[in-house]
Amino acid sequence: MPQIDADKCDNCGLCVSVCDCGALVYIEDTVTVIETHTCGWCMMCEAVCPLGALTCPFEIMFDETTQP
Amino acid sequence: MTIQREFLESIPYFTGLNATELDSVRHLMFERTVDRNEIIQFESESAETLFFITSGAVKVFKTSSEGKEQILSIARPGGSFNDIAIFDDGPSPASAQAMGPVLLYGISRNELQTILREHPQVALNTIKVLADRTRQLVELVEDLSFRHVIGRVAKILLEQAGDGTSPRPRLTQQDMAAMAGTVREVVARSLKALEEEGAIRLERHQIKIADKEILEDMVTASV
Repeated sequence: MPQIDADKCDNCGLCVSVCDCGALVYIEDTVTVIETHTCGWCMMCEAVCPLGALTCPFEIMFDETTQP
Repeated sequence: MTIQREFLESIPYFTGLNATELDSVRHLMFERTVDRNEIIQFESESAETLFFITSGAVKVFKTSSEGKEQILSIARPGGSFNDIAIFDDGPSPASAQAMGPVLLYGISRNELQTILREHPQVALNTIKVLADRTRQLVELVEDLSFRHVIGRVAKILLEQAGDGTSPRPRLTQQDMAAMAGTVREVVARSLKALEEEGAIRLERHQIKIADKEILEDMVTASV
């Protein structure tokens, strides 16, 4: 799931406003990540965050089914 | 809901205005709420209103004839869009779409011209806003022109890729940007371009290298 750096986040909620799948919500005025399988990793939350507090980390790997 | 004077103060166009001046500006503005994904402005159509984002985010983008989208900027609270078409009276050079629920303050071209005549400070602020916009677009041209950035991203992908047998550290786009000596937005564009080339597949949590040779060719071409 997307990860929030609580030290950087000022809970402005821009990420919550663009999140289409409900993975990011306000709980007691704090932006919180909810575990959900509907998160399509669109990365819009990361794109709109003005403070770089929200990230969507990737694991990079070779796709063995497509390599020659 | 009434338009907040305090919020107007945070808009670069109105920096330095006193309370009375801000009130006179405030009375010329109107509010508009926009739903997620709603297109607020279509490219090539006339734009009669300068919009300021009060809450939410707006994507400003161009679309190619093949349907490929190029994001020019993301306007956040305090930011604006439609600036260019409002001032040169031409068609809008880009489209604008709400990325979520958005609250906007708007001001018509005619009302804005009245403000500019009555408040020279706003005219000076406008020059700075448009200069900032020009600087941002020049940086975008630089990113798009110098294709070596995509080669650096390709090199990082090849270097950091695991075979799936052992855990690898997860990288964010910001991490890759720091490694490539660029900014996150450029990495995002590069990854999208690499996906369109068929070199990688972007999946949830994973970047899968689908064609190693394409990436290697890009690394070579960028040297």
